[in-house]
Amino acid sequence: MIINSILSFEFPPINELLRWRDVVPGLNKVGLIAIASALIGTLLFLSAARKDPKVAPKGTRNLAEVIVEFIENNIIMQTMGRDGLGWTPFLLTLFLFVYLCNVPGIIPFIQMPATARMAIPMFLAVLVWVVFNAQGIRHQGPIGYFKNLMFPPGVPKALYILITPIELISTLIIRPFSLAVRLFANMLAGHLLLVIFALLSEALFQARDKILIPIGVFPFFMLVFLTGFEVLVAFLQAYIFTILAAVYIAGAVHPEH
Amino acid sequence: MEALSKIVTAAAEAAAGDEKNIAAAGSAGFAYGLAAIGPGIGIGMIFGSAIESMARQPEAAGMVRTTMFLGVAFTEALALIGFVVVILLKYA
Repeated sequence: MIINSILSFEFPPINELLRWRDVVPGLNKVGLIAIASALIGTLLFLSAARKDPKVAPKGTRNLAEVIVEFIENNIIMQTMGRDGLGWTPFLLTLFLFVYLCNVPGIIPFIQMPATARMAIPMFLAVLVWVVFNAQGIRHQGPIGYFKNLMFPPGVPKALYILITPIELISTLIIRPFSLAVRLFANMLAGHLLLVIFALLSEALFQARDKILIPIGVFPFFMLVFLTGFEVLVAFLQAYIFTILAAVYIAGAVHPEH
Repeated sequence: MEALSKIVTAAAEAAAGDEKNIAAAGSAGFAYGLAAIGPGIGIGMIFGSAIESMARQPEAAGMVRTTMFLGVAFTEALALIGFVVVILLKYA
């Protein structure tokens, strides 16, 4: 490649960036991060639940209350309304798990978002898919749900030739697919950007030609800037994932008339 | 300047040997660039309208923000699918 001839710069194969070595057979670091984030979320709320509810909240209980309030005010009230508040535990778990899986992407020495592997977003998207379809069937009955889904009311009869297949494909196939791909691709793109700028600045700082060394400041600046940007992206993607799950569930529970 | 000229000469030397790789990388980049045009315009329009409506009616800002993120999520998906296709083309 071009850069190889001036710098000793070797872009590692993609598998090495994403797979890592196994810690024990069958469990690599990505799996470890996923388990750790599930444990951290659980422990946070378990320790918050042990605190005395009568005194003013502090420590973990304060944090837990902030998270619950965020989910209730900014996600559920905006999309599902007051009667959706029963969904707080599910959406809270979803949000916390996705966020804690995203955040290792910017923590030094870990620097791998667990959601940058397709398995975790895909599993979560399938989970959301099962939940919103099951809710639709429960609240509208199997016939009513699929009738509302395939023949949305208020459309001229002739247009159903076009609308029905589009609605069916978009709800049952595109929805979970885009939900998974959105999270996965955002985190993978961020991770690859960080890798590229980190490798480039390392290679430039260690260049044989002394004149190239100051140029390394630019990719290093980009690295710092993008790390800050990834803090935002990690939160935003968890938020978007949760809010879309809420919108899908609300759409299945309360059909359009 | 010296550094730049060094890079240019090295690029010219490398281009002779690696033509196929460079063409593949170039077309992958081109494909992603095409995939990013539409969503780029769309996200710009969404944020523009959202800012306008928030400025006109600050008390509706919370609702507008939620809807804005929903719109961004749907629009952005196209660009991200383009990114995934490029990754698949290059590595799968």
